[in-house]
Amino acid sequence: MTTIELSQRTITYREAINEALDLEMARDDRVILFGEDVSGAPHSEEERHFDAWGGVLGVTKGLAGKHGRERVIDTPITESAFIGAGVGAAATGMRPVVELMFIGFMGVCLDQIINQAAKMRYMFGGKAKIPLVIRTMTGAGFRAAAQHSDSPYSTFCHFPGLKVVAPSNPADAKGLLAAAIRDDDPVIFCENKVLYDTPGPVPEGEYVVPLGEASVPREGDDVTIVAISRMVGVAHQAADSLASSGVNTEIVDLRSLAPLDTDTVLASIRKTGRLVVVDEDNPRCSVATDIAALAATQAMEYLAAPVKLVTAPHTPVPFSPVLEDAYVPTPERVMEAVRATLA
Amino acid sequence: MDMDRNSLVEAYRRMRTIREFEDRLHKDFAGGEIPGFVHLYAGEEAVAVGLCSHLGDGDFITSTHRGHGHCIAKGVDTAGMMAEIYGKAPGSCNGKGGSMHIADVDKGMLGANGIVGGGPPLACGAALSAKKRGTDNVVICFFGDGASNQGTTLEGMNLAGVWKLPVVFVCENNGYAETTSYKYSVSGTDIAARARGFGMPSVAVDGLDFFAVAEAAGEAIARARRGEGPTFIEAQTYRYYGHFEGDSIAYRDREEEESFRSRDCLSRFRQTVTSQGLVEAADLDAIDGAVAAEIEQAVTDALSAPDPSLDSLTTDVYVDFPASQLWMFQDEPVRV
Repeated sequence: MTTIELSQRTITYREAINEALDLEMARDDRVILFGEDVSGAPHSEEERHFDAWGGVLGVTKGLAGKHGRERVIDTPITESAFIGAGVGAAATGMRPVVELMFIGFMGVCLDQIINQAAKMRYMFGGKAKIPLVIRTMTGAGFRAAAQHSDSPYSTFCHFPGLKVVAPSNPADAKGLLAAAIRDDDPVIFCENKVLYDTPGPVPEGEYVVPLGEASVPREGDDVTIVAISRMVGVAHQAADSLASSGVNTEIVDLRSLAPLDTDTVLASIRKTGRLVVVDEDNPRCSVATDIAALAATQAMEYLAAPVKLVTAPHTPVPFSPVLEDAYVPTPERVMEAVRATLA
Repeated sequence: MDMDRNSLVEAYRRMRTIREFEDRLHKDFAGGEIPGFVHLYAGEEAVAVGLCSHLGDGDFITSTHRGHGHCIAKGVDTAGMMAEIYGKAPGSCNGKGGSMHIADVDKGMLGANGIVGGGPPLACGAALSAKKRGTDNVVICFFGDGASNQGTTLEGMNLAGVWKLPVVFVCENNGYAETTSYKYSVSGTDIAARARGFGMPSVAVDGLDFFAVAEAAGEAIARARRGEGPTFIEAQTYRYYGHFEGDSIAYRDREEEESFRSRDCLSRFRQTVTSQGLVEAADLDAIDGAVAAEIEQAVTDALSAPDPSLDSLTTDVYVDFPASQLWMFQDEPVRV
């Protein structure tokens, strides 16, 4: 578990990601960034245009000015080509961080991720390494509808060779991104765009959160809530309300989805005997069902009640605000699930 | 074409090695010795060797599912390749890649590719890397007439043009994507013309003529090394065998095959260099003998080589990953 000093300065999730990129670029000149509009106005040679945009939601803003356009490179809208270029560059000595704007755009370029990046090391008998980070946005709540809002990170967890990370707060976003960039395997780094403006305490300077380690931001004895990304906040809201009625929940923030910190999850289940999994992804073949499978195969004898899942429905993300709000798991649904495990 | 005797001898040796390697696989596959699928390069040797004879180990190539010729042209060891195709432990990829994923990154060979059109984006990345690392290395992106219709190929050409990358795109138009003639699948049928739309120089050459390929390649590669960006070469060639071994080749006529075989790249090379007194026929004969012995030895060694250990099933998936999660939700099988 990461301990955060209260005296630490507070920055947003967006700023934390930017800071990690900045520090890692300063630390290692093999780190380069590319993607659509990561700098902005690439047609202009004028320095005042260098950070015209900084990514569609401004996450990379300022980096082109600091590190130059030789290292912060705008691409055409050509996901297959530039994601694949990330793979090729990683296989030949660079450490690229490539931005796939929204995770739904994986539909355009999936071959380069699952057949090239993921399989190359194995296919080549271990004689290649692919230190590639693909940063991408997940998350509903922006009224951006079906193709810009979903969270299908489980798709990537399915493929051997890929690592998948989904930070829930600014400190983890910084620390996990640094770890991902230093890692020698391809990492899909899932940023929940609804969290970009969320502030939180973040250590200054070098800060690395190892991949594959969950955190336990709230300890309790009654029920374990395993949550991912923005759902950790939803779990906290539910836990606060439940605490007033005497239910002590423990929250496990997975942070890394592949590899998965099975030890921390199992230890919590063994302690509480009750499990609720909260995931914004669709319910089928998901990280949530993985956690349920983990409990069923390795902690069944500790379970005092059936596992409850709280996820999005098996639908695309709807546009209408009323419907989108009904799509995303709420604290109320989590509370209901927790109570059901105690019934 | 300005090539010294040593370069000519080496080019012949590599083309001869490819032919011998592929003819031998053709024979042994029919005998049921080889697992899986093999896609043979026989007939197209002048393209791979014409391009790769300009390259060093620091240069990269991306390849196709018909990749043995590219490997040999790039200097990958035939013993390791043969063992790989037999799925054996000492194979180039420790038996994990096989014919369709055969690779040797240390030799700059970024892998045969089972995905048609999988290579062009990778080639752009390797070229970006060459540029960012401050080298004058280049990347040759081999693909076929089939891949000329894939979006990744066209996107790769666009990106290489936009970023002025040192890539030479080489379309090996061997006439057929599986059973489908490019005359059916390529709208407009002029593959080289497509590249001009991306603002890069583009030529179509006789891919059965080593010297024509090597000359176009020399210009394209020099241009890339000078930092002037990508070039496109359509090499019009022919594959002697089917799409893969076992293909009955019912989709093309024997007359057509004969017309291409009568222009065989190895025979023409031999004719050209001996008639011009550049290399003695006896020297080429000696290469033929040495190559035959090398491939014979490679097959003998591959057959007697050990299989991969069962433990290697779960190695090299990642550089670093918890081993227990490679048998997620279950105990690792106990083997006796």
